[in-house]
Amino acid sequence: MVQIHNTTEPALQGLAGGPLKESRLAQLWKDIKKSKHYYFMMSPYMIIFFLFTVIPVVVSFGLSFFYFNMLETPRFIGWENYSRLLLGDDVFMIALKNTFLFAVITGPLSYIACFLFAWLINELSPFVRSLMTLVFYAPSISGNVFFIWLIVFSGDSYGYLNGFLMKIGVLLEPIQWLQNEKYILAIVIIVQLWLSLGTSFLAFIAGLQTVDQTLFEAGAMDGIRNRWQELWFITLPSMRPQLMFGAVMQITASFAVAEVSIALAGFPSVNYAGHTVVTHLMDYGTLRFEMGYASAIATILFAIMLGTNMMTQKLLRKVGE
Amino acid sequence: MTLYSRVIGALRPQKRLNRSFAVSFMLFGLLLGFGAFMVLPLIYTVNNAFKPLDELFIFPPRFLVRNPTLENFTDLMVIMGNSWVPFTRYIANTLLITLVGTAGHILLASAAAYPLAKFKFPGSSVLFKIVVLSLMFSPHVTAIPNYLVMSQLGWINTQAAIIVPSLAFSLGLFLMKQFMEQIPDALIEAAKIDGANEYRVFWQIVMPNVKPAWLTLMILQFPALWGTDGGSFIYSENLKTLHYALSQVIQGGIARAGVGAAVALLLMTVPILLFIISQSSVIQTMATSGMKE
Repeated sequence: MVQIHNTTEPALQGLAGGPLKESRLAQLWKDIKKSKHYYFMMSPYMIIFFLFTVIPVVVSFGLSFFYFNMLETPRFIGWENYSRLLLGDDVFMIALKNTFLFAVITGPLSYIACFLFAWLINELSPFVRSLMTLVFYAPSISGNVFFIWLIVFSGDSYGYLNGFLMKIGVLLEPIQWLQNEKYILAIVIIVQLWLSLGTSFLAFIAGLQTVDQTLFEAGAMDGIRNRWQELWFITLPSMRPQLMFGAVMQITASFAVAEVSIALAGFPSVNYAGHTVVTHLMDYGTLRFEMGYASAIATILFAIMLGTNMMTQKLLRKVGE
Repeated sequence: MTLYSRVIGALRPQKRLNRSFAVSFMLFGLLLGFGAFMVLPLIYTVNNAFKPLDELFIFPPRFLVRNPTLENFTDLMVIMGNSWVPFTRYIANTLLITLVGTAGHILLASAAAYPLAKFKFPGSSVLFKIVVLSLMFSPHVTAIPNYLVMSQLGWINTQAAIIVPSLAFSLGLFLMKQFMEQIPDALIEAAKIDGANEYRVFWQIVMPNVKPAWLTLMILQFPALWGTDGGSFIYSENLKTLHYALSQVIQGGIARAGVGAAVALLLMTVPILLFIISQSSVIQTMATSGMKE
């Protein structure tokens, strides 16, 4: 059959299917063989990356349909983990509410702060610019020392905030800042913001330095009247790739609040006031060993992070239009 | 140029059109205000670390130290000297994790980034897309299966549980690949014509050209590993890290406020110094960090 096609109608060879598909596979195999050095170079990284990042995501999704306590063999229970999580777990609802509050406040605020401060710093002379970069970036690389905030919010009169408020006469008695559920959330948000000028801040500083300066002169000719128009019509569109990158970094970090809350408010915090999806995940994963349930929490967190990132990327495409 | 003239030069707005002085003044006020918010906690930590006991317990609390002393550091040594595991052990554990984790990450991420940045081959774009996608969720998501994998491998309670996963930190590969794309193809082709194989090109042409990116990966990876407390993987005391040991000191409460500050000072100095050294290279690398739409 194939033979006949080949000899009589060579032009139809592609349409006939068989031989071309085969040659495509053969071509692919040839390409793969030719690139064997590349695969070899990538293999150490990729093996570890797949083992500890890609496969775990898949496994986590699969495991979320099982009851698994590390001792017995996993038992398939379908959607039960999810229905229990979404309908029967009041603490999860608190965690979800807190996480969204953190994300809605720290996400956009830290993103805007990263850009705003990078933009202001960019107009300074090189020496002061690098000094200010250090000032803003230092908290996020200071090796997880956010516990230094404990001294500020310490519950007795030696705490800086209590001492200050008592000195100026606002307070008569010290407040137990970190034991009072009214304040915990706000305090964790403040410290999270303090930590949040990280990688995206550097990306913005770098991005601003690469914006083509002649665009500004051209813009002034074309009737751009003030720095805000300059920002919207020239600076922001020129930096769109960095803005995209920064958004991913800030969103991911703002949904993953946990360490700060644990360091300041304890685990679990008073009345779960500082409880987040991640601390809930830790609770079930590392304390109660309900791995299936914890995996369902992880899957939901994964979906939220990915969904928000995709949505934000879509929104950012409209910048400067 | 003196420091004074540098600062004055900085405050003078750049010669650009369409600038109103009032708004400039307001914006820089904002910058200074928030700058203070960022830096004050770090400054009081430095000060507290040198405060004698009576100054720590003064009411109202005083921000700056009057009579600096090294008492807090010697106290820390005494506390650590009395602990069951020698202090040097914690330092050695942290150094092992940080140095191996950082150096290994730079090497592995560069080796993986080079083919992705410079060549097209079956699967290359899919692999890179997966890496970008993994930037969009935090490692907490994979914590449970990771724990299961670790226990299957028998790595619970070993340093490997901290080091190995950190070698394939996805942000590092992403930044390295973006930076490597800038290397001119002609350079690589010329080396190949001269008879160098892929590995030689990578090691002798590409790697020396991406030094700024090495420093960037270092500054991202180092503080994370330096500040790790071993998480849920390391239980035995003589494998614990410096951060863990020192946070135990802090749990002592307010009576150890000075010692706590000494600890924080020790922990934050190293990463901040590293950043000061590498700042310009880091900025240079981050310029290529953008994501295509």
